Parts: sequence; C-alpha cells; structure tokens
Amino acid sequence: MLMYRIARKKPLNATVTLMDIEAPMVAQKAEPGQFIILRVDEEGERIPLTVAGYDREKGLVTIIFQVVGATTVKLNAKNEGEYLQDFVGPLGNATETEGLKKVAVVGGGVGCAIALPAAQKLHAEGCEVHSIIGFRSKDIVILEDEFRACSDQIKVMTDDGSYGEKGLVTKALEELIQAGNQYDEVIAIGPLLMMKFVCEITKKYNIKTVVSMNPIMIDGTGMCGGCRLTVGGKTKFACVDGPDFDGFQVDFDEAISRGAIYKDFERKAYEEACNLFKKEVK
Amino acid sequence: MADMKMPRHAMPAQDPEVRSHNFNEVALGYTKEMAMEEATRCLGCPKMPCKKGCPVQIDIPAFISKVAEGDFEGAYEVIHRTSNLPAVCGRVCPQESQCEQYCVRGAKGEPVAIGRLERFVADWHNSHATAAPVKPASNGHKVAVIGSGPAGLTCAGDLAKLGYEVTIFEALHKAGGVLVYGIPEFRLPKAIVQQEVDGLKALGVEICTNTVVGKTITIDELMNEKGFEAVFIGSGAGLPKFMNIPGENLNDVYSANEFLTRINLMKAYRDGADTPIKHSMKVAVVGGGNVAMDAARCAKRMGAEVTIVYRRSEKELPARAEEVEHAKEEGIIFHLLTNPVAILGYNNPDDPRDPKNGSVTGIRCIKMELGEPDENGRRRPVEIKGSEFDMEMDCVIMSLGTNPNPLIKNTTKGLDVNKYGGIIVDEDALTSRQGVYAGGDAVTGAATVILAMGAGKQAAASIDAYIKSK
Repeated sequence: MLMYRIARKKPLNATVTLMDIEAPMVAQKAEPGQFIILRVDEEGERIPLTVAGYDREKGLVTIIFQVVGATTVKLNAKNEGEYLQDFVGPLGNATETEGLKKVAVVGGGVGCAIALPAAQKLHAEGCEVHSIIGFRSKDIVILEDEFRACSDQIKVMTDDGSYGEKGLVTKALEELIQAGNQYDEVIAIGPLLMMKFVCEITKKYNIKTVVSMNPIMIDGTGMCGGCRLTVGGKTKFACVDGPDFDGFQVDFDEAISRGAIYKDFERKAYEEACNLFKKEVK
Repeated sequence: MADMKMPRHAMPAQDPEVRSHNFNEVALGYTKEMAMEEATRCLGCPKMPCKKGCPVQIDIPAFISKVAEGDFEGAYEVIHRTSNLPAVCGRVCPQESQCEQYCVRGAKGEPVAIGRLERFVADWHNSHATAAPVKPASNGHKVAVIGSGPAGLTCAGDLAKLGYEVTIFEALHKAGGVLVYGIPEFRLPKAIVQQEVDGLKALGVEICTNTVVGKTITIDELMNEKGFEAVFIGSGAGLPKFMNIPGENLNDVYSANEFLTRINLMKAYRDGADTPIKHSMKVAVVGGGNVAMDAARCAKRMGAEVTIVYRRSEKELPARAEEVEHAKEEGIIFHLLTNPVAILGYNNPDDPRDPKNGSVTGIRCIKMELGEPDENGRRRPVEIKGSEFDMEMDCVIMSLGTNPNPLIKNTTKGLDVNKYGGIIVDEDALTSRQGVYAGGDAVTGAATVILAMGAGKQAAASIDAYIKSK
C-alpha cells in the first residue's frame, strides 16, 4: 500500500495552503503544467490540483490549494506527518517551453501557484520572463519572492491598490506590450474570467496565448469525459488533450458554465464541512 | 438420467417496483434445492457443445454434475481450474449467446441455466470455503499487468497460479476496473469484486493502485529498469464518444462513463457522499448497449423518469435481452428508431448570471427507419425527413461507446495500433513489441467482461510460453 505523507504544510495566506507530499514516483516524472488527483480519505472525492513544484531527489510534490469547498476544508485540516488516502499523477501534458525567448507569465490569485513552475522552467532555460501576478488585496499576495527570483521583470497588481500597482493583470499586460515588449507567447493561469480577458487583450496584438484549464474531473485519464471543453469548435478533454490550450480557441463562457455545475451541492457540503471542523475544534 | 420434463428454474429476483428504488442486487440467486434440481436438467453431452461457447473453456458438464450430487465445493474446483472470476461471470456473462446458446436442451425448450448455476457455485464457495488459497512457490519471473479489470485480473490470476511474481498497475484508487466503476451494484455487488481481488492477493499478486502506466511509469521503464520480463496491457476502453450535436456540452449532459463512475466508484447515490451528482427528474439515455441499460437503471433508482433513445429497433439493441427485460420491468421507457439531433438548453439572454443558464431543458430527436444492411449486415437506420420532435428532459446521458485511450500508445515506442487506435495483437495476444501482450477492450474496443477474460487467459498462456522459451 502506497502512502502519501504530508512532509510539509505551510499556510501562504488565510485561505491558501502549500503542502509537500511524499510521492516519489510522481515527483520523478512531474513537469510544469501537469496535475495530480488526490483523495483526502477513504470516502473522499477525487480532486485535480496542478503541480506547483517537485523535488525529484527527495521524492516530494508540492501542491498549493485554496480552501473553497468541503474537500479542501478536509485537506487543510490534515497536518504535517499525516497521510493522504490517494495521490496519482502526473497527469495531463507538460507546458511547452521549447524555443521560447521572451514570455509574459500572467498569474491570478491561487493560479500563481501553477504559473510559477512554468516561469521557473522558462527562466532556467534562458528565456526572458516578465511576470504579472494579480490579487484582490495585499493580504492575499502569495509567492512574490519566488516570482521575483525567476523573472526579468515583475509587476504585482492588486484590485484595491493595497499593494503593488492598483488594477487588473490585463492592464499591466497591455502596458508592457505597449511599451514595446515583443513576446513570443503569453502564459495566463488564473480564474476563467481572467484568462478570458487576457486573451481578449493578446488577441488584439496577435500574441499566442496559452491558458491552463482546470475543469471538474473524476479519473483524469480520459475515461469519464467530465472535463470536456470546446476548443476551436471541437470537444477536447482537459485531462488528456490539455490542461494547456490555445487561449484564442477556448470557449470560456461554456467552461465557466460547466465549472458551476455542482455549485449548490458544493456550497452545502462546504458549510457542513466547516461546521464539522468548528465542532471538532471546540 | 436427466429430467426432460422439468422446466428451467426461474431466477428469484427483487420485485421490480421495490428494486427500482434501491441499489441492492436484483437477482437473488438459486437456493441449494433449486440449483441441485436445475443441475439434473443437464444431459452431460460427451461432446460438450456448451464448453465451446465459453471463452474461458469451463468444463461445464463436469461442474454441473457435481452440483447435482450436492458437491458444491467440488463444482467450484472444476470452474476455478479455468475461470478466476466465477462469481462475476455468473452474473454478467451473456450466457444466452455463449454456453447456453449451444446447450442441447435449448433446441427443444430452454437451455440449462448454466450461468445461474455458476453463480450459485461461486457464491456457495465464497460463503462456505474455509481453506485460504495457497500462494504457489515463486518461479522467480516478474510479470507486469496493466489494468485491474477483467482482462488484467484473469491474466494475473493465471500467471500467479503458475508461480509468476505478478504486479498489477491500476490507474484508479480501487482495483476492479469496469467491474467497480462501470457495472452497478445492483447487477454486480462490489463486495463480490473485492472478494475476487482479495483472492488474487492471497495468490501473491501485488496491486499498485494510483499508478497510470504511460504517465507515472512507462512500459519501457517497467521492462528495462524494474525487471519485468513481460507486460500485459489490459487497460480497457478509453475516451467516451459523443455525437457532436449542438448542446452536448451543456451542464446536465454526462457520458455514461462519468455518470456510472460517480455512482459506482464514488458512491454519489448515497446520502452524504463527498462526490456530487445531479438528481434529475427526466433523464434521456442515448444508446442501446449494456452500459446504456446500466446508466438508465441507475438514473431510475435515483428517482428519475428515464427514457432510452436508440436509433435502431428493439431487435438490434446491443444490450443483453435480460438487461432490456429488467429495464422494462423497472419502468424504463424505450424510444426506439429515434435519434437525437440536438440537446436543448436554457439561456437567459437578459441575465448571464441566471443560475439556470447552461442547464438542459430537452432533447430534439428525429424518427428513423431501417434501410439497407450495412457491411456488418445490420440494417442501417435512416432519418425520416421532417419527423423532428422535442422531449422535455433535464439530464441527458450519452452512452455511445468509447474511443481507445492514447496514453499507453503515445508513450510506448513500436507499439502498433489499428486505425481505430486499438492495439494490434496476434492470436497469441502478442503486440508488435517483444514481451508485450495485450487483450480486452484495449484491443477490441468496447466488448464484454468474459471476452476480456478470455483474452487475459490467452495472454497468460502466451507469456508463460514466452518466458519459459527464453
């Protein structure tokens, strides 16, 4: 029986947590852009999380998650030294970085956790990296130092102006483009709406834009079809065809609609999970 | 002497009205008395035509004569010589088109209920046997099996009995493949699958769950770095097919695979389950195979009014007759000679935040008639012009079969596949790669449990011969 030990747990802000999980076989193969699927306990649902880092020597895979639903509440209640029930991967295709000389990496909120490994890989391969990371406000800024370390230029944006520059990532991106930066590619990872609006900007300037999709999935190996998206008018499965796609081809409105399928169920389960853990704390 | 007057014993079953509201097993199984009586109907034909109809070649008359004598453990030993999963096969094999089709008693009446007897024997063994299976002495050779569905379990079991050190690699968190994620509890209780899996473990088979071959590890790594001398690919069928009609990506449209996986593997039908599923009122299931029947009967049990939409007529339904019969008894509606042209959805143009946006409101279908036979001899369904009509629905389940999964093909150099993506094998189940064998749906496309088991069995024999010849 494989066991997936939580080797490290570190809160990044009030609702976002980092964990290093012992999963040597996954760590051996993981690449930026790929994802894992985990179950917290025996009765748990399967949730996909994009790989936020890996240490092949120590056999660790880093995940960074926001506490948004019942499963992430349960996950966040696990402590260092405890175990996850299941942890499988790496799934999906790695982000393509070959041949890129200058790239803008745009991360939004917890999406920055997924954008970081791509930025790090590009930086390590000698590509010029301009990072734009956006958050609602100062208190939820994450991974700023890590981005600084792998970026030739960085802009930190907050919606309310409480830190960095005030405004959305799209504003910063457009400014950089207008300042004469010629990007081979823009990589945008964050909320669906953010990725949609980034694509609207980059389309104007005809800059190839890659987005990372994170739809609802079960198996993550192509069997269930729950993660299907419309890309270029065709049905694609995020788990085997993605999760990276050409942002100009993605039907974001459909993805937003499909992402909300279980909203009512999730809200109820989330409240129940919160209540459960509050009770246990008392 | 066989009793020529006795009719075939009916299978006791839950009342349709009761069972259509629960997930408990529909067929209840023969009693000891029923089994022994039914066994006396067997003529014991020396030529054993029934055996020829069995993909794993069970010595059917021999086990039935043991049942007639009341020696149920003896009957189990006969079956177990060739079949690793009798409790499963006794439930889900299409016996009417295999062993029972060739039963001489069927020529003038009804065939011996071979499947029901097999099930009885397996269940009797599982609840009475005290001797644990003995792990054979190792012969020192390692074989990897990819996938823990019926093909993989059979191949692993046969090799383990011969002393091979077998490791099964399973992508999901639970062993059993389609037996756990696809076939519903009411047709195949999961405790039975678990018993069969535990039986393999007792034989020394190691099962690595959460391991996706092609992603977590490749076939080349298994053979070159991990010391496996041969590999069997039993990874099953893959990506669900869709029709490419408008509305197919609406929120309440499921593939049958997804719907069944949520219910069977993730137990979403239970109150308080962590995995969500839609509780719909009116469900259309598109397709006419066994998987479509399973999806329809699950949806029914979750409280919906369920309609099967199938483009040919009843005669062409690919599902087992028994499954169609059970579905009808449970109140599933059949719209035959009907094909969907669009799935209709709700869209409020004035309010993009309307929570009902993207939900299914109905299905637009067209009536069909049967035209000329196609290359397989099945009459091709043809649309009747102008016959479109709408049915109100709030959920649609597409059950149209699967396309092969590309994960293993894409990461295994020199592994040849056919134009449909199925792995090409010879009669020994050998692929284009030395030491790599394959069988089941990964080769044939979506087929039956027993055919996959037959393929796993063939591959085990071939692997044994290959390793011994090295």
